[in-house]
Amino acid sequence: MNNKMSALLNWVDERFPLTATLKAHLSEYYAPKNFNFWYYFGSLALLVLVMQIVTGIFLTMNYKPDANLAFASVEYIMRDVSWGWLIRYMHSTGSSMFFVAVYLHMFRAMLYGSYRKPRELLWIFGMLIYLCLMAEAFFGYLLPWGQMSFWGAQVIINLFDAIPLIGPDLALWIRGDYSVSDATLNRFFAYHVIAVPLVLLGLVAAHIIALHEVGSNNPDGIEIKKHKDPKTGIPLDGIPFHPYYTVKDMMGVVVFLFVFSIIMFFIPEMGGYFLEHNNFIPADVLKTPEHIAPLWYFTPFYSILRANTFNFLWVPAKLWGVLLMGLAVIIFFFLPWLDRSLVKSVRYRGQFYKTALTLFTISFIVLGYLGTQPVTEIRTVIAQIGTVIYFLFFFLMPWYTKIDKTKPEPERVRW
Amino acid sequence: MTDDNNQVDRGKRRFLIATTTALGGAATVASAVPFVASMMPSQRALATGAPVEVDIGKVELGTKLDVEWQGKPVWIVNRTKEMLATLPTLIDKLVDPGSDVLQQPTYCKNLTRSIKPEYFVAVGICTHLGCSPTFRPEEGGPDLGPDWSGGFFCPCHGSRFDLAGRVFKGFPAPANLVVPPYRYLSDSRILIGEDPKVA
Repeated sequence: MNNKMSALLNWVDERFPLTATLKAHLSEYYAPKNFNFWYYFGSLALLVLVMQIVTGIFLTMNYKPDANLAFASVEYIMRDVSWGWLIRYMHSTGSSMFFVAVYLHMFRAMLYGSYRKPRELLWIFGMLIYLCLMAEAFFGYLLPWGQMSFWGAQVIINLFDAIPLIGPDLALWIRGDYSVSDATLNRFFAYHVIAVPLVLLGLVAAHIIALHEVGSNNPDGIEIKKHKDPKTGIPLDGIPFHPYYTVKDMMGVVVFLFVFSIIMFFIPEMGGYFLEHNNFIPADVLKTPEHIAPLWYFTPFYSILRANTFNFLWVPAKLWGVLLMGLAVIIFFFLPWLDRSLVKSVRYRGQFYKTALTLFTISFIVLGYLGTQPVTEIRTVIAQIGTVIYFLFFFLMPWYTKIDKTKPEPERVRW
Repeated sequence: MTDDNNQVDRGKRRFLIATTTALGGAATVASAVPFVASMMPSQRALATGAPVEVDIGKVELGTKLDVEWQGKPVWIVNRTKEMLATLPTLIDKLVDPGSDVLQQPTYCKNLTRSIKPEYFVAVGICTHLGCSPTFRPEEGGPDLGPDWSGGFFCPCHGSRFDLAGRVFKGFPAPANLVVPPYRYLSDSRILIGEDPKVA
């Protein structure tokens, strides 16, 4: 039996590098041995991606991308399709949990300087994945054709109106009609189920290939490739991904699925944060809901958009808001070059970076909270302060990271 | 192999690569045209966006009628004399009291932003981010403050407009509400979406 199996494997390997690929990416991919809690979220994001694709395929079997039928078809899935409610709630919970995993994954990179040389491209691929995810979430949110779907899309597409000269025509082109309509719904469906996922999968592949080329960073922010076993050439502080980290990640998956299931079975709407209450009302072109807010994962940027109430330098407030919101996302791409610190990991950084990262994290969370709330004067002022802190974190980074008093990095990894 | 075979005409090679790239690139861009164009409003969408005829005789004094044009809400407000009297008093509080920004056809660039003073026709979409403001004709009120003299209030981000759709200073909306092209077919019928015929 064993002989036959290895003969079959040989037959395959002569025609396709199966064993070599498995070795390169799993059993002979050496990752630093000191990974901690923060290192769960990459594999968890991959898990959610698979879940979203599988549940998504089954949802398309019953969903109808037609302005007259869409809302009812989602209710049909929820009520009449066998287990449809489970598949739908898996997909809706999955979208929020995807962002939870990705935000924590990104925060990990900021803690340990994982975006620094030689991982700049790895970081850029990751950011592109994040942009794709935002697009997926935005396009997907229109599909149930509820009040928030409709008015959320209306508000976001109208952002493009603010662009000088081409704005109105661009918005018309995006919608395919004079207002968000059946044409918009139908094309958003096409983007959501095929166009963006294809790009996303390609980027995930590039992200992993880049990671396995440069090797994983670690909580110490030092390169394990500096100290290799002279005979084998294997990093002394490295352990093979399989079985060590496959087992560790499985542990993470089990805990994650506990949390996921509790949300999915008992609080799938998460008090209006995962599924907004107004979205259980069919889209009404003539009536705007009292209060429009995007889902939680967009609210920090939405707050930045709303915080701009000044006309400045001939540019109207609305355009400033749109520009700053765009910049708030795009600026992450430049992190590898903004950070001038001698060390990568927060463990060896000085007080300046630690303070800056803390303030940034607080401002991100506060902006996120404000984005879910209706506007008042005091909230606008707080959002303006938060916006300033948010951008100062990036704009001042080349200076405060340079003059920061760092501690010496160790030669070999610690726990 | 002779020397001749190893001799590469680099100039010719560069020329061929450049022309192939340029022509191939141009062809690729050209082939994108139908795909990009297919995303513009279709003939059917254009047809549904055609002008809409409305009987305005039934709009009672001081009330608003909503109709749909190009999938957007269009308001027709029959303004009372008292409502019209508020318009000149607000000049200082408005962003663009003279309607200098092209948010209306030229024949509506006047104090009332309309053809006939009493009938106000406007696209009911906030110029900030596209929500539909609510009609608040009453004066004062607990939420809008004692200075409120009637107008439109956007629930999304709090923008305020007067009864001619002119935006108040200090709110996020950058411009006055859009007045669509329209013309009178008779005293009580208007056609929204078409300019008046030049006499």
